[in-house]
Amino acid sequence: MADINILIVEDSPTMRQLISFALKRIRGVRIVEAGDGVDGLKKISAEKFDMIFTDINMPVMDGLKLISLVREDANQKGVPIVVITTEGAQEDRQRALALGANDYITKPIQPNRILDVAKQLLKIV
Amino acid sequence: MIEEETGLRGRAEEFLQAFKKGTEFTHDLLKENERLRFRLLEMENSLAGHAVQGDGEQNHALLNRIKELEQEKQDILNRIQKVEDENQDFANRYIEIEAENNNLANLYIASYQLHSTLDFREVLQIIMEIVINLIGAEEFSLMLLDEKTGVLSAVACEGLDREDIPPVKLGSGLIGQTLLSGESYFADDIETYNRDILSPMVCVPLKIKEHVIGVLAIYKLLVQKERFAQVDYELFTLLAGHAATAIFGARLYSDSERRLSTIQGFIDLLTK
Repeated sequence: MADINILIVEDSPTMRQLISFALKRIRGVRIVEAGDGVDGLKKISAEKFDMIFTDINMPVMDGLKLISLVREDANQKGVPIVVITTEGAQEDRQRALALGANDYITKPIQPNRILDVAKQLLKIV
Repeated sequence: MIEEETGLRGRAEEFLQAFKKGTEFTHDLLKENERLRFRLLEMENSLAGHAVQGDGEQNHALLNRIKELEQEKQDILNRIQKVEDENQDFANRYIEIEAENNNLANLYIASYQLHSTLDFREVLQIIMEIVINLIGAEEFSLMLLDEKTGVLSAVACEGLDREDIPPVKLGSGLIGQTLLSGESYFADDIETYNRDILSPMVCVPLKIKEHVIGVLAIYKLLVQKERFAQVDYELFTLLAGHAATAIFGARLYSDSERRLSTIQGFIDLLTK
């Protein structure tokens, strides 16, 4: 089975480890981590990803800016983006989805929720 | 933790294998049932066709055979029902194991992160991350005890200004009592709780064995976090012990580093 490349953009190492831990249950997955939006963009420009998980509140560049920049890139338009954030208000969710996020998960998170969303968007049974 | 995780995965794999076997067995039983029904129908037709010319003995034998087949069919149906019940039990158990697996993952990562550094500031940052991301608190403070003065002071906080959190004396108020007793406090009704800096909704002592070094006080949860789950209480228990040892270790390390640096300075002065 071909590798599934997933990028995690999150400033908290604890969260990166938790998301990575959940996603590693998918066979053939390869995880790349970035600590903020700019770092994430650098990694996106260097290689192709099958899915991106991003936080919203991050230093240097936030997740919403990252989503809009990724969606402006013709090569990245189709890549599924999942937001994982503490922001639970409905308007935050709407804003992220309007910018092009495919799903929105609020913290605190459970690993199985991340896994379910990833499998659904990657169309893995 | 990794072994437990691997064990759980192994158990989940075993369950899936058992589930598949159960499904195959059910299909075989249904096929057998279908075949027997067909045979029964054939025999009934044959019996009807030969009823007139067949003798009584033959009819009697056929009727017995029909009874046997009916009994066999009933047995198969009972077994199918039993297998379906077992499948349901397996499915329920699988869900329970998955939930347990998720909880263990959270606890493992929290514990791993807490002991990943000896830098005091980093340890505080990790505790904050755990409380925000894994427990779902929006406003809280981390207070440490000054052993000499017996006063608790906030060393880190989220959603609050440190200046707004007054120092607390050992045994004074809810926070001071938690420090003294070493027992966690949880407000009876989280939904109706009104923020009071001196009476948090949750107060968890940070302790090494029975020695309490500080307190985690939570005042508000994230809007989407309505109540505590079982794993939250386990995280609080983990924080009570592991956060305390991580803080204590980091403090010891920074003290020894500082002393080493001072001694090195003296040595340099003497040898120059």
